Amino acid sequence: MAVASSDTAIRSSNVTRTFIYLFLLLFALFYLMPLGIMLVNSLKPLSEITSGGMIAMPNEWTIEPWLSAWSTAQIGVEPTGLRPYFINSIAMAVPAVAISTVAGALNGYVLTKWHFQGATWIFGLLLFSCFIPFQIVLIPMARILGLLEIAGTTYGLILVHVVYGIGFSTLYFRNYYAAFPTELVRAAQIDGAGFFQIFWRIMLPSSGPIIAVCCIWQFTNIWNDFLFGASFASGDAAPMTVALNNLVNSSTGERPYNVHFAGAIMAAGPTLLVYIVAGRYFVRGLMAGSVKG
Amino acid sequence: MAATDPMLDSGADFRTRLQTWLPKIVLAPSFAVMVIFVYGFIAFTIYLSFTDSRMLPSYDLVGWQNYERLFRVRQWDTAIINLGIFAGLYIVISTIIGLLLAIFLDQKIRGEGFLRPIFLYPMALSFIVTGTAWKWILDPAIGLETTMHRWGWESFQFDWIKDSDMAIYTIVIAAVWQSSGFVMAMFLAGLRGIDNEILKAAQMDGASNFQMYRRIILPQLRPAFLSAFVILSHLAIKSYDLVVAMTDGGPGTSTWLPALFMYEYTFTRNQMGIGASSAVIMLMTIAAIMVPYLYAELKEQK
Amino acid sequence: MGFLDINNVTKSYGAVEVLHKVDIQVDEGEFLVLVGPSGCGKSTLLNMIAGLEGISSGEIAIKDRVVNNITPSKRNIAMVFQSYALYPNMTVGQNITFGLEMQGTPKPERDKAMAEVASLLQIENLLDRKPGQLSGGQRQRVAMGRALVRDPDVFLFDEPLSNLDAKLRVDMRTEIKKLHQKLGTTIVYVTHDQIEAMTLSTRIAVMYDGYVQQLGTPKEIYDTPANIFVATFMGSPAMNVLPAQLIEMNGAIHAEVAGADGPKHLRIEDAPDAYGNYVGKSVMLGIRPEAITDPEGADRNAKNIQSLANQVTVTEPAGADTFVTMSLGGKDCVARMRADAEANPGQPFEFAVNMDKAVLFDPQTEARLA
Repeated sequence: MAVASSDTAIRSSNVTRTFIYLFLLLFALFYLMPLGIMLVNSLKPLSEITSGGMIAMPNEWTIEPWLSAWSTAQIGVEPTGLRPYFINSIAMAVPAVAISTVAGALNGYVLTKWHFQGATWIFGLLLFSCFIPFQIVLIPMARILGLLEIAGTTYGLILVHVVYGIGFSTLYFRNYYAAFPTELVRAAQIDGAGFFQIFWRIMLPSSGPIIAVCCIWQFTNIWNDFLFGASFASGDAAPMTVALNNLVNSSTGERPYNVHFAGAIMAAGPTLLVYIVAGRYFVRGLMAGSVKG
Repeated sequence: MAATDPMLDSGADFRTRLQTWLPKIVLAPSFAVMVIFVYGFIAFTIYLSFTDSRMLPSYDLVGWQNYERLFRVRQWDTAIINLGIFAGLYIVISTIIGLLLAIFLDQKIRGEGFLRPIFLYPMALSFIVTGTAWKWILDPAIGLETTMHRWGWESFQFDWIKDSDMAIYTIVIAAVWQSSGFVMAMFLAGLRGIDNEILKAAQMDGASNFQMYRRIILPQLRPAFLSAFVILSHLAIKSYDLVVAMTDGGPGTSTWLPALFMYEYTFTRNQMGIGASSAVIMLMTIAAIMVPYLYAELKEQK
Repeated sequence: MGFLDINNVTKSYGAVEVLHKVDIQVDEGEFLVLVGPSGCGKSTLLNMIAGLEGISSGEIAIKDRVVNNITPSKRNIAMVFQSYALYPNMTVGQNITFGLEMQGTPKPERDKAMAEVASLLQIENLLDRKPGQLSGGQRQRVAMGRALVRDPDVFLFDEPLSNLDAKLRVDMRTEIKKLHQKLGTTIVYVTHDQIEAMTLSTRIAVMYDGYVQQLGTPKEIYDTPANIFVATFMGSPAMNVLPAQLIEMNGAIHAEVAGADGPKHLRIEDAPDAYGNYVGKSVMLGIRPEAITDPEGADRNAKNIQSLANQVTVTEPAGADTFVTMSLGGKDCVARMRADAEANPGQPFEFAVNMDKAVLFDPQTEARLA
């Protein structure tokens, strides 16, 4: 994100500035409130919530809801807790992120440095594929996964996420490599480096930031996906988001809200952690995702 | 700019020729995947929308029948009207909040580095998480309403999420919460890109702060407005997870959106032909917004 | 056959031909400069020699070996780029030896070659640094080191000095010239800067619009430009090219040009035969600014100094010289005077024109009359 301008031409009075600070703080509160409520309520007994104490600190602190959400809560028919689904999501996201990033890097390299006729067309088609409503591919995808006998498995989800992640990863690397000096590639050609040597020795060592951006974006998207998970992997292979939705929307009898909140934070945990650790790259990815690269 | 031209004369040795073909070989798998899984699938779904597919795909063409039926189905009407309300409010409110936050943050605010990530973090969350949080916060039985009662405001009433006329607005609240920080980031980047000397010149010309924003700064943010509009409208049309998590389309079918309609008709009600036609309509709507935008962006880059 | 042969080479993108039948023979040890405005095709030609762009027709041979279908790395050439193109992730030493490494040269030999080049260019102390830590001039040296270490048949330079500030550019120019004199290598050098072209080259190819306008030694190009484009492109300030009429007066050919207060006549001596055909017709008269001076500053060795009284419009003192502008032939004509010449705007002045250096062009074809 841009650096603060050193001398802004705009000056404002103290009254205005106070108002601005109040406004900003109010909104900070608005954004933090849901996360705060989830956190606080995941640490109190259910009775405190149902008696109307949602917006209050716990009288009695407990980690019972967390334990329950993790290992004993009823998900669908089995009282397994969210743990197996958390593992599913990891097993799905890690390979899918790795494969789509590698493919995106190679595509971006080819599209910018080995320009050939029709490259702009191919990129345009890839770009549009980032923005299609996935409802348009659900039916044929279900058929193909069935034919490949990976319907309802993590492998199926990996395939789906790789396929629909390549567009964005290519977009990132293409825009990044477009600004990478072509003269370096030419110099390496004269030095006798081949296609892969140039990629490996010249391009990749300078690609750290964009690799981070791409991995974070892909991870966030894949981890947070619900539509594909719900369509192609309900049951044992369901990812975390689907399991969380099952937990929240299918419990009968008295609803264990505190367990829901604990589960929600678990589902948010990995992407939130990535955001806290590498927010800079996350923001860059978001901005590049709006095509302004 | 080209790094090499193919020099495929018969004189070139094997290694040289391999090197000229390698880029295409490397791109080929992604290209094939795109052709099959994106454009092939789109074609297949379009084809299905003209067939009498029900639980399973059928290949018997029935012309425009599915589309005619689609627009006679009451739930599709609901979904379209809801999308209109949802998209309109979502885009307008997110843009206003995002713009205000960006302008205020741009006033050399102390703690900007602390506030900005707070405004933006919801974007990192899954809609299912967002939905879960807001579902219970807005639930009159345990959330805001009960809390207000307990704090002594007995007449306070806020049960929109249970009210089929109002439930769609609760989804707007959650969606705005999730995306307005992103819009803020887009506008902030735009504001930081404005040449400070222009502002100084305007100040010399005697422009007040308000005039400066209205006449000089906002017009220069046009690209950011456009990006925000395109991204938000495309997110709105695709909205699915948030509704599922918050209301699951309810009460009744009062919060159905086209994405929900497509899923329900295709996989639950076994009306695949109608489901496919609704997906095609969604695609066309998004294409009508995205294609001109992407085309302009690509042309600009060249 | 030369050392580097460019035989009837053309380049087309689709149906558009951007380089038309270029034919240049370069001898071993020559320093050929391709000069011209941007878009003239000079960089395209250089890239074709390097093998970075394909050849549409014709052929390029290095040491009698046709290289049309040979990859850049096998042509035994080296190239110095405008941006230096140093690999940002490698140290200076790795940058210099990367090419040798790609060719499979063993490490001890690479290190030896690197040490030699580093001492030649006096960059021994920089070998462990990354390019990002170097100044512009240092990067320039490293880029040359990377080219030198490969001991190529031909060096290609693509505007190597254009990213340096003015002073450094002059220093590096001298350095390149020294290096060429010391090593005697064959160099093809692209620039848009006509001073670089004049100072460095043994021969210059002036290019414009995809054609080689003139190929010759710097002196030939400067004194006898082939056409108006070459005449005005080479030299700063540019040659004055003035509409004139050739007339015969007192048995000698004169050029008649319109002054501020009526026609002026400049006698031409030892006129080539071609001038005879143009008597009574319009021509373009080309005179370089330094050939128009105050009478005291005129070249003593010149045979034909003509006096020309005309009104001064502007004077621009530039330290060493003063540039004086007058209206001649309906155009601004610049004269280059000694700094203390006393010309004042609006006043008449007695100019001395060295007609030995004047050239004439055909107004239609723009070619020089000879």
